[in-house]
Amino acid sequence: MNTATPQRRRERIDRGIKVRSDGLYALMSWRELTYLIAPRAALIIGLLVLPLVMPGAYWQRVISIVCIYALLALGFDFLAHHVGLVSLGGAFFVGAGGYISAILNTQWGWSPLAAIPAATIAGGVLCTTLLLPCLPLRGVYFAIVTLMYPLFLARVIEALNILGGTDGIMGVDSFPGAWVEQYTVIVLLLSFLFGIRRLVHTDLGLVLRAVKDNDQAVKASAMNISHYKALAVFIASAIGCLAGACLVHIYMWAGISVFALDFSVLPIAATVIGGSGTLVGPVIGCLILVPASELLRDFGTLRIVFYSLILLGFITFRSEGVMVYGQRKYQQFERWKMI
Amino acid sequence: MDILIYGTINSVALALYALGFALVYGISRLPNFAHGALYVTSGFIAWSAHNTFGLSYPMSILAAMTITALIGAAIYRLFLIRIRGMEISEIIASYAVALAILEGLRWKGFKGMTYTLPAFIAGSTSIAGISVDYQRLVVVGVGAVLVALLWLFTHYTRIGLALRGMAQDERAALMLGIDSDVMAVVAMALGSMLAAFAAVLLLPLGNIVVESGYNVLILAIAVCIVGGLGSWIGAVLAAFIIGFAQILTVVYLGSHFQMVVALLAIILTLILKPSGLFGQQKELEERV
Repeated sequence: MNTATPQRRRERIDRGIKVRSDGLYALMSWRELTYLIAPRAALIIGLLVLPLVMPGAYWQRVISIVCIYALLALGFDFLAHHVGLVSLGGAFFVGAGGYISAILNTQWGWSPLAAIPAATIAGGVLCTTLLLPCLPLRGVYFAIVTLMYPLFLARVIEALNILGGTDGIMGVDSFPGAWVEQYTVIVLLLSFLFGIRRLVHTDLGLVLRAVKDNDQAVKASAMNISHYKALAVFIASAIGCLAGACLVHIYMWAGISVFALDFSVLPIAATVIGGSGTLVGPVIGCLILVPASELLRDFGTLRIVFYSLILLGFITFRSEGVMVYGQRKYQQFERWKMI
Repeated sequence: MDILIYGTINSVALALYALGFALVYGISRLPNFAHGALYVTSGFIAWSAHNTFGLSYPMSILAAMTITALIGAAIYRLFLIRIRGMEISEIIASYAVALAILEGLRWKGFKGMTYTLPAFIAGSTSIAGISVDYQRLVVVGVGAVLVALLWLFTHYTRIGLALRGMAQDERAALMLGIDSDVMAVVAMALGSMLAAFAAVLLLPLGNIVVESGYNVLILAIAVCIVGGLGSWIGAVLAAFIIGFAQILTVVYLGSHFQMVVALLAIILTLILKPSGLFGQQKELEERV
């Protein structure tokens, strides 16, 4: 039957250069090599150059904060979209890492460069141990329990008046210098970003994705899913603790506010905006969101309104995110086709 | 004795916080993280209607409940309906709504001691030597009546039956001509109205502060998790357990621990028995 108006649909086709550079043959020509390397190089060089082009110490500090949030968002994205455990408790990791590093530094006199790695490992172990009983929980239940942990710890510290109580721990040493600080967090961010990207394509990453998609099948293959989940939580929480440890040394202070909801909500917003599951997306999301919220600092709490509205808009209307959109435009073209 | 009386009052208050949340989750499986925000919003609507627009107090209560119900329905119809069934997106989106509302109210300057709602009946009486103000008695009475009315509503009216049908088996309900989208909007409106009702009942006991939005949300979640998400009897029972536990810790340990109890209850319940006391979902569905 003929319809009166000609029907058409849009079809998406991979670009030729994308197909050519998929396999080993990419090595045969500079064009294909450039096509592959350009986006990655842009990110790496861009991040490394960023502190040099920033006007003034204030904006350089903002870059450090961007990297801190990006590390958190990276951990969230890895855990949520490659293992299937949605943790709304970024603040829990930040708080654990931050307090441990602050205590190591102020009580035991460790230098920041020793206290941060120690806090990363110790915090990862601590968070994994505390989350271990919740690992069998799925979906919304795991999300709720992880959301409650940082609130709980903050109230306990407040109520028992331990670890400095509401005043927090003062006098934490800062990094040896502003440049050391920035390049430490930037290099850490880049190495974890590419490390995790590598990790999800190894055999371990495959098993973790299988845990997300069909845990019964993983169990049937005689693999202990709790073991793999615990490992993934350790990786993500260690990254979060690293972020927290760097944060307290940047602010030279650890207090209850490291358990603040900001550290749980902003990384999630960044992940949603940047593109879930791409691992690079969250970093890009942070590069957009954190400076935007700094620019809006004059408006007080209005900036939270602003970024929660952006989050709402993205999650309900454009849930694919910037990165997935960009990737599609880079790799595919679209054309109309008559049918 | 005072533990018994204040424990009961606190428990009924918790039940009131949780009813709206439990209703929405029970019917459309939507963890409505904007519940606390709706609670605070309706408090401010009632305050502005009474003090800025000069409506009489019963009228402003009615206005607050209607407007909050409309806001709830609008949130669902505009945003949440698009991501229905994706639980994590639902949590994040409704939480974003909550943040936007609460921080927006804070930005507009709704903070401090100046915002209080008048009590229904001022004054106090004494029961067995303990002085209790009338408003708290009203809370207990109205709370009990409300639970009874809700039970009657869900068992004997067409809309109530349709809501329950959707909660039990959405596909079967669809086959019987119940429009699940419409029902979900109705459920959200009802849940918001219950939040507003709780607000006008309970806010006269203190100031209206933005922070209470977050606390109400945590308390509502605590009650629903301990009772089992989606179970009504469980929610009421859990309200009493947590209510008395809170009052006992306040009496014997100090008032700092009030929220710690609720948070500990959530964490422990989820670790030990994630389906809650009366959860209808099988444990197998949640645990691996």
